[in-house]
Amino acid sequence: MKVPLAKIAHTRSGDKGDTCNIGVIAYDARHYPVLVRELTAGRVKAFFGDRVKGKVERFELPNLSALNFLLHEALGRRHGFAAHRRAGQNVRRSPFAAGDRHK
Amino acid sequence: MIHQPPNPNPQPPRFAAPLRIANGQGFWGDWLEAPVRLVEQGPIDYLTLDYLAEVTMSILQKQRQADPSLGYARDFPPLIGRIAKTMLDRNVRVIANAGGVNPVACAEAVRKAAPGIKVAMVLGDDVFARIDEFLAKGYCMANLDTGEPVTKIRNRILSANAYSGAFPLAEALATGAHVVLAGRAADPALALAPMIHHFGWGATDWDKLAAGSVAGHIIECGTQTTGGNCQVDWQNIPDLSNIGYPIVEAEPDGTFVVTKHPGTGGRVHSDVVKEQLLYELGDPKNFIAPDCIADFTTIHLEDIGPDRVRVSGVCGRERPANLKLSISYANGWKAIGTMVYSWPQALEKAQAADRIVRARLASLGLGFEEIYTEFLGSSACHGPVAHTCPDPPEVQVRIGVRGYDRKAVDRFTRELIPLVLSGPPGATGYGEGHPPVREIVAYWPALVPREEIRPSIEVLG
Repeated sequence: MKVPLAKIAHTRSGDKGDTCNIGVIAYDARHYPVLVRELTAGRVKAFFGDRVKGKVERFELPNLSALNFLLHEALGRRHGFAAHRRAGQNVRRSPFAAGDRHK
Repeated sequence: MIHQPPNPNPQPPRFAAPLRIANGQGFWGDWLEAPVRLVEQGPIDYLTLDYLAEVTMSILQKQRQADPSLGYARDFPPLIGRIAKTMLDRNVRVIANAGGVNPVACAEAVRKAAPGIKVAMVLGDDVFARIDEFLAKGYCMANLDTGEPVTKIRNRILSANAYSGAFPLAEALATGAHVVLAGRAADPALALAPMIHHFGWGATDWDKLAAGSVAGHIIECGTQTTGGNCQVDWQNIPDLSNIGYPIVEAEPDGTFVVTKHPGTGGRVHSDVVKEQLLYELGDPKNFIAPDCIADFTTIHLEDIGPDRVRVSGVCGRERPANLKLSISYANGWKAIGTMVYSWPQALEKAQAADRIVRARLASLGLGFEEIYTEFLGSSACHGPVAHTCPDPPEVQVRIGVRGYDRKAVDRFTRELIPLVLSGPPGATGYGEGHPPVREIVAYWPALVPREEIRPSIEVLG
């Protein structure tokens, strides 16, 4: 079964220089393992395509049922364009497979 | 009756916990009424005000260059003038990084606006005049993101400040000042300082210092932790027009409750606090503050009542050997111009306008580092991943250029208005004329050994 990420998670993004972070938080702690399994750094990198030039790192916060992604070379040094503000909303549109165990 | 033996070690009456620390300003430009309401609406012991973002110091540096009596957050002295009586009546003390690059001028302005207020300044963070000294000592101040040495931008540096920690602020509180004023104090240090002052935490109480830094991080962006800019159930968050600013109720053991004043709008809930915890976060196990390293994977959140979130379990580690520098430098010029095209074929018209402008810039032989175009109303925010409307009612074309040649950027600002008569039909929204040219101030994060930064305290009043 496939569900949009926005159904099971909310996000918060921020910026430091040319690096953008996106925190992805499961609404329900039971869905956190699904995030860990499905929302890989590679998948996030592929979702953004050429909008992210550098690498994507992923960190786990099981205590908050959350993942934190660092997107390097993601803002194009476009001083004054608030790209990070929409990056979080952006990734929530990512469709991904939720495992059968979590229907 | 139980006989009470006399206490052999009488202690001075300790502060009755919890210690209530509020934040009334998430950045310079945040809501002017917020700090006034915080001191008037209910009991707080400390009001913190965070005025500084990464590039704010450089803006202040330019203001001081133009006028030596400026270079601080100018909203701050009139604010203290407005709340001074309530501060004194209710015993509320203020801790702010409003000093910018000129804390002394800021303190003098505060004394003028509120003569009864005693001000303590924390100085020593401004290292603008010490860059060459640091280079001579062999500190290359490499950019933490790119690894490039600071010599690359040496001649374009506008400001340089060390992120200072909470202990100098706590020392300033010990002078009894009503207002403690710093330059580039790290944001979370503003809330940690009163905990150190009242609870007697030491420089190696890593878990407690980490807990206080997490508390500071949770409230440093103001209402982002009380329901503003929140994705969760945003339509039903009560009365954002009257949103309450965040308050931490801190205990001596390092636990705390995040809340807001009764009767205010917004919402404090663990979902909201989680969003703020993840804001601008890097490696969660290594949240580096000047006074400790906090491990965000140890934070435990619990909803214990309406608009009350209890935070516990925070672990910390030894503070870093280096302090972070916030260096800003001039990095060329930019201008952004817009034009609105109306239905029908609004997007096609806007795209044609962009092609025309780019062709004219090319024919003029103007060189830019980047020309960037967005079509607002046609998925400028989300690109190909959002829904698009086949024939939107209007589209705004927004063209930005940046480069090192100011004349070229100036010339660009004259290339949009002619489109009204010489481009596609249906242009509007050009009433503001030529867009302004702005200098780009870029951010250069770097490190210096902690021993180089020697904070000092001065008191006025």
